[in-house]
Amino acid sequence: MDDGKLSVALFSGTDDKLTAASTLIAGAAAMGRKVDVLLQFWALDSFRADRITKDHGASPEAGEEGAAQFRRKAGSGELTHWSEVLRQAKEIGEVRFHACAQSMDVLDIATDELDPVVDDVEGIAAFMLGADGPIVFI
Amino acid sequence: MATTEVTKQIDARGMPCPGPLMTLIGEIRAGQVGDTFEVWSSDEGSKTDIPAWTAKAAHELVEVITEPEFARFVVRKAR
Repeated sequence: MDDGKLSVALFSGTDDKLTAASTLIAGAAAMGRKVDVLLQFWALDSFRADRITKDHGASPEAGEEGAAQFRRKAGSGELTHWSEVLRQAKEIGEVRFHACAQSMDVLDIATDELDPVVDDVEGIAAFMLGADGPIVFI
Repeated sequence: MATTEVTKQIDARGMPCPGPLMTLIGEIRAGQVGDTFEVWSSDEGSKTDIPAWTAKAAHELVEVITEPEFARFVVRKAR
C-alpha cells in the first residue's frame, strides 16, 4: 500500500485551508501513503490544544460571502471538523504532525500547549530528511 | 435488489467528501472479514472514492445502487 510519501508544510491557520488540507491528508492516508506534516506559523497556532476547535476564520480569498457560506456549512454539523478528520487520518494511516521549531519560538508556544495530534517538535533539517519528494505548501 | 446480507448499514447522506469514505474505513477496520457494509452517500466524490479505495485496500465492491438523491455502496471486508 506504500506509494510514496506526501510531505505537507502547513502555514495557513484559517479553517477553510485547514479543512482542504485535512481532506488531502486523509485521502493520502486512505490510499496508503505516508504523510509528514510540518506545522508552521498560523497553522501551528491553530493546533494549540485550547483553541483547536475554535473559529479560525477563512482565508482572504474567501471574501465575505465565501466566509459566510463556509461558516454556514461548518455550523450545519454535516462537515466534520478538520481536527477530527486529521485524527481519523492518523488512525487509518501513517500520518505524523511535526511542530516547526522556529514557529514554536516565534509564537512562544510550549510543547505541552499543543494538541495531542501533534507528534513532536522538529527542526527543518529533520523534516527535510524525511521528505523524499516535493513539498506541498498550504 | 441486493441479495447480499448486509452486516451494517451506514447512513452518511449529507456528509461532504471525504466523510462517507472515512466513515466506511472506520467501520471496515472495526469489522470482521466477510462482513458487508452498505454506505448511503449523497456526496458526488463517493462515486469515485469508494470504488478507488475499495480496490486499493483490496476489499470487494459488491454493488453500487443509484437512487434518485444518493447512492448505496455495498462493500465486503475481504481481509
